[in-house]
Amino acid sequence: MEEPKAFECMNSEGIDRAMTRMAHQILEANKGADGLVLVGILTRGDELAKKLERRILDIEGIELPLGVLDISFYRDDFATHFSPEVLSTDIPFSIDGKTVVLVDDVLYTGRTIRAALDALMDIGRPKAVQLAVLVDRGHRELPIRADFVGKNVPSSESQNVRLLLEEVDGVPSVVEVYDVPEGGRVGSAPIRREA
Amino acid sequence: MAFAHKNLIDITEYSRDDIMLLLQTARRFKEVNERRIKQVPTLKGATVVNMFNEPSTRTRSSFEIAEKRLSANSLNFGGSSTSTVKGESLSDTVETLCAYKIDLIVVRDAHAGVPRKIADLSGVPVIDAGDGKHQHPTQALLDLYSIWERGCDFDGLNVGIVGDVAHSRVAGSLVPALKTMGSNVTLVAPPTLLPARPDVLGADAVTSDLDGVLGGLDVVYMLRVQRERLEGAPFPSLREYSRLFGLTKARDALMRPDAIVCHPGPINRGVELDSFMADHPERSVILDQVYAGILVRMAALYLLIGGANDGIDA
Repeated sequence: MEEPKAFECMNSEGIDRAMTRMAHQILEANKGADGLVLVGILTRGDELAKKLERRILDIEGIELPLGVLDISFYRDDFATHFSPEVLSTDIPFSIDGKTVVLVDDVLYTGRTIRAALDALMDIGRPKAVQLAVLVDRGHRELPIRADFVGKNVPSSESQNVRLLLEEVDGVPSVVEVYDVPEGGRVGSAPIRREA
Repeated sequence: MAFAHKNLIDITEYSRDDIMLLLQTARRFKEVNERRIKQVPTLKGATVVNMFNEPSTRTRSSFEIAEKRLSANSLNFGGSSTSTVKGESLSDTVETLCAYKIDLIVVRDAHAGVPRKIADLSGVPVIDAGDGKHQHPTQALLDLYSIWERGCDFDGLNVGIVGDVAHSRVAGSLVPALKTMGSNVTLVAPPTLLPARPDVLGADAVTSDLDGVLGGLDVVYMLRVQRERLEGAPFPSLREYSRLFGLTKARDALMRPDAIVCHPGPINRGVELDSFMADHPERSVILDQVYAGILVRMAALYLLIGGANDGIDA
């Protein structure tokens, strides 16, 4: 399939600046890093969570526990959106009583976050869950909102908004919007990572 | 990579990539099985029928646990008390099940070919949980998983399958699966317990001399002596069998230091394995195999009921 024409709405520097700002906002909202843990949603959210962790370490000098959440077993549309993944949930610490900052790349319908909340509740009992996303593109189908947003990107439902990351995709990091070709599916970036 | 199979009946239909996807998916389920709430809602609302027309405790329990941990509704159907005894034909039984609006059937039957027949009749996905002396694909997958988790590379791996190969559906799936993965397979058995055509299974070598091949094996797979399937007298006594084909402490010195021992269970202690080998802390992977059974059955249910696609949306 021909690669659809995309336009860039955040470049690598823009992403870096947004992550730095979000790190400050998270610390400000929580009055420091006490009791905070970061959990990134596969795939891309885990890499963004890593970026936040590094920035919080630079700012506060505290290394936050960092976990990875795979939500494929919690999806409500699993029959149509099955994804053969090789990565899985890895949260090597207790989230009981902690404030979990859930990190994802693009917030769209809210269904991923709904699934992530269910998964978190099966793993433990956090004191609170906050949501940090790099891009909020609107079109929510569930009553879910982000606490920390890198950038609001208005988009139409026939468009796709995706994040490419240098460490995952091997191209300069970018958030781009493109028209979904006829018959294509609206969603985030395809999973390109191999085992 | 998409998963294109509807059934898990004949392991020879699965490519190396298919098997690797199953093993990798199984590994993802480890995390679910190691936490306090050992359940995910993945198959919520799906109904899985466990049709066991032959006695089975372990395989059925393992499937039931896998189904429950994926939140599927499971129904146990079969056994000696059922419709077949009342004279109902297989096709009528299957049509009845289909009228329940079910999503998958797990089949164990004493007759080879029944799972395929049920798949054809029902049109719903079928997992073969052992049919006659034919195949037992989830057993082969859990064996591969246990070997893989021990860090073994399938390519060029030397595997010996020892014992009652002629009556073994475990060997019926394991030999072709290992060949698909690029391993070398040697069958070791008394001549009376070798299949009439061992070449059909695809094994590389056949022998009755266990001691002669033991030193070259990375994996020693001991089959159970199936007392219930032995007709006539394939060997003079269990004691003699054990002396010639049992994996015992005395044979430990003949084995490679890093060789592992598998057994599909239940073990006849003192026949094919002595306690030294069955409980050997480094060599024995027998309990790993039991755990792997849950993981690969979860993976098979997930992949077969799941369908296929290439991404997720946000």
